[in-house]
Amino acid sequence: MRRRAARRPRPWWGSGAARDLLLLPAQYDEDAEGDGCGSARAERRRGAAVRAGAAALRAGLLVTKCGLLRHRPAGGGAFWVDSQQKRYVPVKGDHVIGIVTAKAGDVFRLDVGGSEPASLSYLAFEGATKRNRPNVQVGDLIYGQFLVANKDMEPEMVCIDSSGKSSGMGIIGQDGFLFKVSLGLIRKLLAPKCEIIQELSQLYPFELVLGMNGRIWVKAKTVQQTLIIVNILEACEYMSAEQRKQALAKLSGNR
Amino acid sequence: MKATPLSNCERRFLLRAIQEKKRLDGRQCYDYRNIRVSFGAERGCCIVELGRTRVLAQVSCELVSPKPNRPTEGVLFFNLELSPMAAPGLEPGRQSELLVSLNRLLERCLRDSKCIDTESLCVVAGEKVWQIRLDVHLLNHDGNITDAASIAGIVALCHFRRPDVSVQGEEVTVYTPEERDPVPLSIHHMPICVSFAFFHQGTYLLVDPTEREERVMDGFLVIAMNKHHEICTIQSSGVVMLVPDQILRCSKIAAVKVTEITEQIQKALENDQKARKEGGKFGFAESIPFQRITAFKMESAAVDTNDVEEQAKEIIAKADPPAEVFSKPVLLAAGTAQIGEGVENSWGDLEESEKEEAAEEEGESEAAAFECQKVETEDTMRETKNGKYCFSWYHILLYPFL
Repeated sequence: MRRRAARRPRPWWGSGAARDLLLLPAQYDEDAEGDGCGSARAERRRGAAVRAGAAALRAGLLVTKCGLLRHRPAGGGAFWVDSQQKRYVPVKGDHVIGIVTAKAGDVFRLDVGGSEPASLSYLAFEGATKRNRPNVQVGDLIYGQFLVANKDMEPEMVCIDSSGKSSGMGIIGQDGFLFKVSLGLIRKLLAPKCEIIQELSQLYPFELVLGMNGRIWVKAKTVQQTLIIVNILEACEYMSAEQRKQALAKLSGNR
Repeated sequence: MKATPLSNCERRFLLRAIQEKKRLDGRQCYDYRNIRVSFGAERGCCIVELGRTRVLAQVSCELVSPKPNRPTEGVLFFNLELSPMAAPGLEPGRQSELLVSLNRLLERCLRDSKCIDTESLCVVAGEKVWQIRLDVHLLNHDGNITDAASIAGIVALCHFRRPDVSVQGEEVTVYTPEERDPVPLSIHHMPICVSFAFFHQGTYLLVDPTEREERVMDGFLVIAMNKHHEICTIQSSGVVMLVPDQILRCSKIAAVKVTEITEQIQKALENDQKARKEGGKFGFAESIPFQRITAFKMESAAVDTNDVEEQAKEIIAKADPPAEVFSKPVLLAAGTAQIGEGVENSWGDLEESEKEEAAEEEGESEAAAFECQKVETEDTMRETKNGKYCFSWYHILLYPFL
């Protein structure tokens, strides 16, 4: 056993727990295999793009996108590749913001930024019955969750969780503003204890909805305040932490 | 693919912001976005950026026979293309209403204003004239394609040089750039489009609307003008009734904007000319702004260093005492010396196990890496046998450097 371990060459990046390894497409992710992480588990966690094209490769994973290899030891361990993209691909369980494009019989059609519109049943709202329909107009914003998101199939959304509660999902109010950022930035903003959000929340009170499809809805007290949040979040894509802090300090001074 | 629809809340917010005289990007009502002109390595190729709207223009030329009703005039051809690369809602190869109207507007702005001297493009009357072709491609759509395309078009035409020709009797000679310097087109003036968007039935007026502002606007007015304040084209569309005062006000704004833009274009052309003359760097690669995506950047994490000393002491206490090392070189024979004590060679063992592995795993890339190591090992062994080197762990470590 010991000999077997000695024979295998150590990957050049080592096997520390915290590594941000840059992966390129078709690179053989040997380490993920070595840690005994099944392909299904490693596949697609939080925008993961480590796709197992690896059935053919006997074991191990083949990376199909370039990005940083990330690892989370907690919860059974997960590997994913953080990559930069703007086009959203629906994933089951993701919370997204959709725009209602049509009311077709008993389902709504929602634009979620994917290749296909998603469908949303009018019964998939909290407290909705055949009598009591939700008041949804074309052009409204809806925050929901993907129930079905398969390849080559129309994705299906719901605005309730498994116990029938809305838990924050549903129709988003008429005010506020919607804008789009890259998917990488959204993941960063949704990370627990995100510094950007914490710093922004000290400026003034505002409401914020982040969809995994890159859409952000913001509502502050005035138009000016909303615009400030929008511009800061858009600029965060290219700002370093120091630049952001300077910008925020300037704003809080001006206020 | 369908374009992303505009939600009700965006529409309401935009209209409210316009009422409060605020724009998304913090501009004033009559402000243009930043205009950036960059030139390609070739003549007659440029990219114009108007905020996030980005347009590529390329001019090319060809000798053709003239139109029968205009035997002494060159031919001008303009083509604007909208590809789905610019915005998902745009379709390729389809003559959409937007594309036709933009093409027509560009044609009116550049051809009908007679800014290019077509007579100078004639080589042999009735037989050979130059055809100048301007291709404009939209690379990214963030509103106001008209202005960006008209700026890109006129800049590319100003930047372009056509090959020199000479006519001797019947014979037409086209010179390569090495033989004779290519000649610029003769351009009388530079017409530039300025777009205005009207909101709330013409109560509010914005210059250089973005894509979202274009979606909520009621009316649209384009004025093409040159820096001598001569209006070349004027076009109004949408469902708004304009009063004469509005148009007069717009033309006054346009006059100011056109002067500014013309100055900027001329400066960009001069800079490029200077760079080319002095043999400096030019082309698109030189003018790409540097932007770094910071979304994946990890902040440097603070590490607790309070008990580092104790930890280090513990490690030292637990570790095996270091082996005795002879650092004195020992002269064995003439030309052969030994530094340190050689430890047991582990290469042979490894080689053996490697063979096993090579047998079971074929075509793996690691095998190739081992192959290389094997060769190295053999080399070392051979040299040892010859008595040139004494095999020691120093050699293994230092092998790549020896």
